[in-house]
Amino acid sequence: MNRFIGFIHKEFLHIFRDVRTMMILFLIPVFQILIFGYVVKNEVKDAKIAILDLSKDDVTTEIIAKLDAAEDIEVVKYLNAYDEIDGEFRANKIKAVVVFENGFANKLTKDKNANVQIVLDASDPNLANILNSYTTAILNNYNKENNINASGVNIVFDTKMWFNENISSAYMFVPGSMALILMVITALMSSISIVKEKETGTMEILLVSPLKPVQIILGKLAPYALLSAINAFSIVLIGNIVFGVPVNGSWGLLILTSFLYIMMALSLGVLVSTIAKNQQTAMFISMFVLMLPTMLLSGFIFPIENMPVVLQYISKIVPAKYFLIAIKNIMLKGQGIPYFWKELLVLIGMVVLFIGISVKKFKIRLD
Amino acid sequence: MNEIEIHNLYKSYGPTKALDNLSLSVEKNGFYGLIGPDGAGKSSLMRIITSLLLPDSGSVIVGGLDPVKDYKKLRLKLGYMPGKFSLYQDLSVEENLKFFARVFGTTIEENYHLIKPVYSQIEPFKNRRAGKLSGGMKQKLALSCALVHKPEILILDEPTTGVDAVSRREFWDMLAEIRKSGITILVSTPYMEEAVLCDKISLMFDGKVVDSGSPDDITSGFKNNLFIIKSANVPLLLNVLRGMEGLKSVNSFGQTIHVVADSSETGKPEIEEFLQKNNVSGCSVEQSPAGIEDCFIDHILTNTTT
Repeated sequence: MNRFIGFIHKEFLHIFRDVRTMMILFLIPVFQILIFGYVVKNEVKDAKIAILDLSKDDVTTEIIAKLDAAEDIEVVKYLNAYDEIDGEFRANKIKAVVVFENGFANKLTKDKNANVQIVLDASDPNLANILNSYTTAILNNYNKENNINASGVNIVFDTKMWFNENISSAYMFVPGSMALILMVITALMSSISIVKEKETGTMEILLVSPLKPVQIILGKLAPYALLSAINAFSIVLIGNIVFGVPVNGSWGLLILTSFLYIMMALSLGVLVSTIAKNQQTAMFISMFVLMLPTMLLSGFIFPIENMPVVLQYISKIVPAKYFLIAIKNIMLKGQGIPYFWKELLVLIGMVVLFIGISVKKFKIRLD
Repeated sequence: MNEIEIHNLYKSYGPTKALDNLSLSVEKNGFYGLIGPDGAGKSSLMRIITSLLLPDSGSVIVGGLDPVKDYKKLRLKLGYMPGKFSLYQDLSVEENLKFFARVFGTTIEENYHLIKPVYSQIEPFKNRRAGKLSGGMKQKLALSCALVHKPEILILDEPTTGVDAVSRREFWDMLAEIRKSGITILVSTPYMEEAVLCDKISLMFDGKVVDSGSPDDITSGFKNNLFIIKSANVPLLLNVLRGMEGLKSVNSFGQTIHVVADSSETGKPEIEEFLQKNNVSGCSVEQSPAGIEDCFIDHILTNTTT
């Protein structure tokens, strides 16, 4: 055990001595989260919306007037049928349509309930989300006012996201950055640090020492596991404090899931190190085989539903996809394990698979 | 029982034969040298002994253990210093040593007596990063690291290559000192003049051992007469002498030329006469006992011609 701790101690010395490593570990995550956070616009200005008023009564007219009066929303068009919505979205003229059901005012007085549907062009998920909250705020406001005057009156509204039904939320940049940063740091750094020992010849001495291969691998991974956990935590914290991204679910579950993902990325790093002969190769594999799919095919930036079928299939083997689903459920929807146990199982399966292959491929001798 | 026992060892990398029917034995507490140029197979042999490479065929027993099957037990007994400087350049001298001590489950203090002859020389620089050390100091540190766990067998792959002459000399003195504590030492070097510092040596060439024994055994096995000729113009003299009959070989050794006679019929007077005939003046011819390098060249010549 003392051996193992000595090894880990040495790894920490390597990490803290190397300026570049330190920058990759601690500056890049902060910058990335800040950049993503600010690039994702938080304000909507003069968003153009259309109205599909199937009722055309006093109440709908009043609500429409309120919508139009709102500072950032501009009602530019009145539609006549539901079929027109798709064409309007495709023409990119409007960003949302507010639909009032037939006999709106009647229902409101008779049943105390009437339905409004907000249809949003979710090809820009961020804008769609903000627009949604604006519109619902106005409707809620109307509800409140009328509840005071004539109790029991209620407008029921529901949101429909066009093009991107399981909207990848504007807040996705936090889970997305986590997936990306953890992948890069853990897989890239750990694979490079193992390959470096091979390249400089120190692996030759380590092999001749009483250290077991498992100890060498775990000793390499432990520092990065710890540092990535710190990173994961700070990303969530920055997201929460600076950008107000909520953590609706349990923190324990969030930590557990993140740690599972870190383990997966680390085992992937070891796997890369058993394939790569030098640091450049390790870096190349980590960048192109691990990082790009994590960014592009995981559902972080582009919704998987909108991808060509081939890419949808490829996305199934991108580990970050499963992490994102799980973490999204925890952070944004506040759900528990019953909603994403399958994704967790896939991640566990990947850890077992990668570690298994790595241990089998790890050479106890030189080749 | 010998500490290292190798019989009929073969190892090839693809079509290249690295070790070709090689046998040698190193006795306990021996100080054994593998002498040969680059590519002779010294490193491959050492890696097989240290269990880092698998042999193709042949038997290898190191410290009573089989490096293929008992590599785990064997690795505890070995101290190994690879040819390439293999320490952590970003760690300080002391950190490197501490790390290796810890990995082997010991401490610097525990075996300080063992590494003292080596480590005391670099101890003043113990806070310096290993990457910032001079070549000689790096080798001393590497040796300290290989020794810190008190190995029974010390394997050193070309420890003095790329090191200045003074440091080389010091290094060999240190090895002699270390040996006194009962450690078996196997060391390789391309420098022939270092061979005499070992108890026993094997001359290696092309994956084969061309001669083995104590340095004296090997030099006394050299039967032909050897003459050393000093001249201000070595290239010219070399050309002239290569035209002389009755000579087995003519080789330049820096400022001098070593000439090996075919038989006792060619002696100092014959060579001087030949030089005079060819209008070469200002050189001295002396008969001399053969050195290791002469023996080595002689072996290679007989090996490659037969």
